[in-house]
Amino acid sequence: MTSHAARSASPARRGRIDIQNLHIRLGHGKEAFEAVQNVSISIQPGEFACLIGPSGCGKSTLLGALAGHLRPTSGSIQLDSQPLEGPHPERGLVFQQHTLFPWKKTLDNIAFGLKMKGMRRPERHRRARELLELVGLAGFEQHYPFQLSGGMQQRVEIARVLINHPRVMLMDEPFGALDAQTRMLMQQLLLDVWERVKTTIVFVTHDIDEALFLADRILVMSPRPGRIIEEISLDFPRPREAELVTSSQFTRLKRHCLELLHQPGADFPLRRLSPLGAVPENDPFRAEA
Amino acid sequence: MSSLTETAPVYTERVRLLRLGSTRLLLHASSIAVCILAWHLASTSQADLGVVTFRNVPAPLEVLAAGWELFRSQALLSHLTASLSRVFCGFLIAAIAGVALGLVIGRLRVAEDTLLPPLEILRPIPAVAWIPLSILMFPSSELSMIFITFTGALFPILLNTIHGVETIDARLIASARSLGSGPVAIFTEVILPAAAPSIFTGLSIGMGTAWFCLVTAEMISGQFGIGYYTWASYTIQNYADIVVGMLLIGLLGMGSSMAVRKLGNALMPWQASGAKK
Repeated sequence: MTSHAARSASPARRGRIDIQNLHIRLGHGKEAFEAVQNVSISIQPGEFACLIGPSGCGKSTLLGALAGHLRPTSGSIQLDSQPLEGPHPERGLVFQQHTLFPWKKTLDNIAFGLKMKGMRRPERHRRARELLELVGLAGFEQHYPFQLSGGMQQRVEIARVLINHPRVMLMDEPFGALDAQTRMLMQQLLLDVWERVKTTIVFVTHDIDEALFLADRILVMSPRPGRIIEEISLDFPRPREAELVTSSQFTRLKRHCLELLHQPGADFPLRRLSPLGAVPENDPFRAEA
Repeated sequence: MSSLTETAPVYTERVRLLRLGSTRLLLHASSIAVCILAWHLASTSQADLGVVTFRNVPAPLEVLAAGWELFRSQALLSHLTASLSRVFCGFLIAAIAGVALGLVIGRLRVAEDTLLPPLEILRPIPAVAWIPLSILMFPSSELSMIFITFTGALFPILLNTIHGVETIDARLIASARSLGSGPVAIFTEVILPAAAPSIFTGLSIGMGTAWFCLVTAEMISGQFGIGYYTWASYTIQNYADIVVGMLLIGLLGMGSSMAVRKLGNALMPWQASGAKK
């Protein structure tokens, strides 16, 4: 059974994203710039959408707005016809690396969302164990993050988000810090997990191969200010195997994406933006008043 | 499902560090032994190096004898309990005040702008300059002495706590918010544990600086305390006793500072051992 058939079989699915005329300005005063310009897209429930674009183009900014950490300057974002209001567990966010709580063991990291909901420890640990199994890490319940490899940490990140049954999982270059081999494993694992939980995924990457391998649809962004310049629907059959990346169709689309990303103006890579704004070193949640 | 080919290289690393531990302990001990030997040679030969002379410096064996004398005199216990209680009282109050102020200042800009400027002015004032005011301000000399050790311990604790709070990775807070944390949970589940290593560094340094101020504090004392003993030995020109007092303060300071650090490590097993040297 293909994932498409499986997903269309479940009725009234949640996780539809509608973005209308979205503009996001970042920075203050003279430093201010437009990171996202007039973006309008819709993402279907259960769709796997990849955002690609040159460094600093605003793809992470867009993701940050979806997560609720950045406020749009104008335009609207709706999830299942409801406007967004700040961060929420139903829109889970996975960063590139090192955002597990270092002081919590694996099981408590995963169960964190349930703890926030006030669930009692035995029950939340039971559910966390299920998620741990789902991401292939059974046996690592009592490890602290520093005792796990980079790939294992990202598995825990994914489990920690999925335990909340999010309508959308937002991923900001989640495998960008991993070595090539681990990255391949993690891509397979993510597809595996997604086939089972069938949540909507918005996945930011600058790796064209990764986007082509994972996505139902690729949204290509222009250099800053970021606009969507092309949408590419991918109908490679699922489940996808590693051999896909050597197929002629894959290569043809890859060449097309490369051309899109190497237009004039993309020659000078800009500083990376983060889902938290222009200057990730500053804590945007530090109370000002 | 893809198989796990990644491994956690932590345990072999621990074994290696353990083996390294005994070698390092030996190094520590021999380094101290060399220092004592150098001291012995310099003082017994009455070395005169022009700018510095060892002619009046008591030799290690004299100091040992004086120490033994103090040990047998039973005054030692009174000196120790007096000093320990002063240092720990001052330290405890500084810990509570420093951590509380540090958390607030590190988290709220308005607190930083209103509380930090006066504290920055008070910070460079040495403990000895506080003696007259502390005598005037407090009803008993015991409280004055506690206050002086408090001033010594406060600032390292305060500044390290502020630093710990201000350097928290914004993504950790963002993650917690995305996972459903409200302001209270952010504070208890993220800010406090994330700042804890820095707080313990401050506590460990603060414990050391509290001892650092002990002699100053016990200048006020009329009877007991290691600092008082050291100061009194100076006024009656009992040089070997001075060194006994100095070494006692050094040892107690190091010991209690280490105890704080060990407590911190025990409470925070989640810190990568590679981060510490």
